[in-house]
Amino acid sequence: MADLGTTPSPTLSFNSISMVFPDGTEAVQDVSFSVDRGEFVTVVGPSGCGKSTLLKMASGLLEPTGGSVDIDRENLGYVFQDATLLQWRTVQQNVELLAELHSVDKAERRRMSKEAIDLVGLTGFENHYPKSLSGGMKMRVSLARSLTRKPPVFLFDEPFGAVDEITREHLNEETLALFQKEGFAGLFITHSISEAVFMSTRVLVMSARPGKIIAEFEVPFEYPRSPDLRFHADFAHLSGEISASLRGAHV
Amino acid sequence: MTPDAASQGSAVRRQGPSRLNTFLATVLPPLIFGFFIIGFWYAISYGVLEADRRFLLQPPHKVWQKGFADWDNFSELLDGLRSSAKVAALGLSISIGLGMTLAVIMSQAKSIERALFPYMVTLQAIPILAIVPLIGFWFGFGFKSRVVVAVIISLFPIIVNTLFGLQSAERGIHDLFTLHHASRLTRLRKLTFPNALPAIFAGLRISAGLSVIGAIVGDFFFGQGDIGVGQLLRRYANFLQGEQLLAAVIMSSLMGVVVFLAFGWLQDKVTGKWYEHGGQDV
Repeated sequence: MADLGTTPSPTLSFNSISMVFPDGTEAVQDVSFSVDRGEFVTVVGPSGCGKSTLLKMASGLLEPTGGSVDIDRENLGYVFQDATLLQWRTVQQNVELLAELHSVDKAERRRMSKEAIDLVGLTGFENHYPKSLSGGMKMRVSLARSLTRKPPVFLFDEPFGAVDEITREHLNEETLALFQKEGFAGLFITHSISEAVFMSTRVLVMSARPGKIIAEFEVPFEYPRSPDLRFHADFAHLSGEISASLRGAHV
Repeated sequence: MTPDAASQGSAVRRQGPSRLNTFLATVLPPLIFGFFIIGFWYAISYGVLEADRRFLLQPPHKVWQKGFADWDNFSELLDGLRSSAKVAALGLSISIGLGMTLAVIMSQAKSIERALFPYMVTLQAIPILAIVPLIGFWFGFGFKSRVVVAVIISLFPIIVNTLFGLQSAERGIHDLFTLHHASRLTRLRKLTFPNALPAIFAGLRISAGLSVIGAIVGDFFFGQGDIGVGQLLRRYANFLQGEQLLAAVIMSSLMGVVVFLAFGWLQDKVTGKWYEHGGQDV
């Protein structure tokens, strides 16, 4: 992490937020943590534990029933479980969408989208429609779309759950490369422990309903992280600890 | 990061002898079945019907001679088709404008949809015969009433399909638009409307055919002014002109088919490049 003096408060912080749905389901209970620029925090937990609800509350798609979230909602990156592309638009037109919604002029849009498409390695596919892209490529377009806004915070809602394992590992590595280059604050949701450990500076374990943070692990590995890290003894050890605490969460 | 090579240029590779085979495989079965129908038709005309009752089903060649090859008869039929086509085109245009507007309005709020939808269903359920007198009172017994019938018959599929299409956009994409403060109009223009296009065209194809039926039915009841296919059918039936009657039936169904194909072509032009037909290439 660079100069703390220029960032007086964390980029994203949850202040004891809770979420009780109208039907009485208690999804999230008294969760507090923060993510700063240069941090990549991953929340792992059993499915249905309210992980995605956290992101929805951070982004303002859901209002928490208790507590508060500090975040600049005017500019945040949100990567959904699906690529959520507009299938009638080409790759380039999809990447330009957000700039369009914010009334950025055409020349500037072109430039932004070109840069973002380049960053995710899709140069040459600008004029392809989503139907001719693989699942992994669609996710890259989705990433590029968010990158055009250069958001200081990126929220990832189990984004690579639907792709095969090899593609997922590639996407993990590429996302990390972007993280290093852009220096955003990353909040990542997944149920894959190895994905969590590989990506993050910190891993939080959430319990089953109502979702609470029950454990926190610092991940000591240096960036850039090589793919071989996944087979390192320390990596396995840390994964084992997280796994044990997750098992505790499954009661 | 390799592109899906399979999805590119697959159209180019389909050449050589296999192309002829594909053509034959597509054309032969309906052609053979067509011959069966004609054979069956002859069998009824000559085998089943006595000579004095043959007017009930004239054999194909006589239908051809009197209905199509006789220019006086055929040009009269073409005039009728032209008149009915005009009614159908106007009726369909009104249905498209009205139907899509209603669907867009209903898509804006669940309460509006709930308020209007029962009446749409009711309108669609009314047997046209039951309201023929009313339509006549209100709109006269000519062109206007024919158009009204065409509209009533072709409206419903456009409303239902457009509404379905407008509501079928993924939740995540809606969230994305919400996160970026998209206005209702932006959401409609950039998300729900283009997303609805495939469904809208599915509705259009159905409605286009129905508008032709509506125009002919309307013409049957409201015959003042131009003579359309409905009036011709009525006259041919009254004068036991079986050949012309069949020619008129064939030509009007041909008109329906042409309209259906035209909209299919248009659909392909508009959505063919990007729309995924449930996964597989067609």
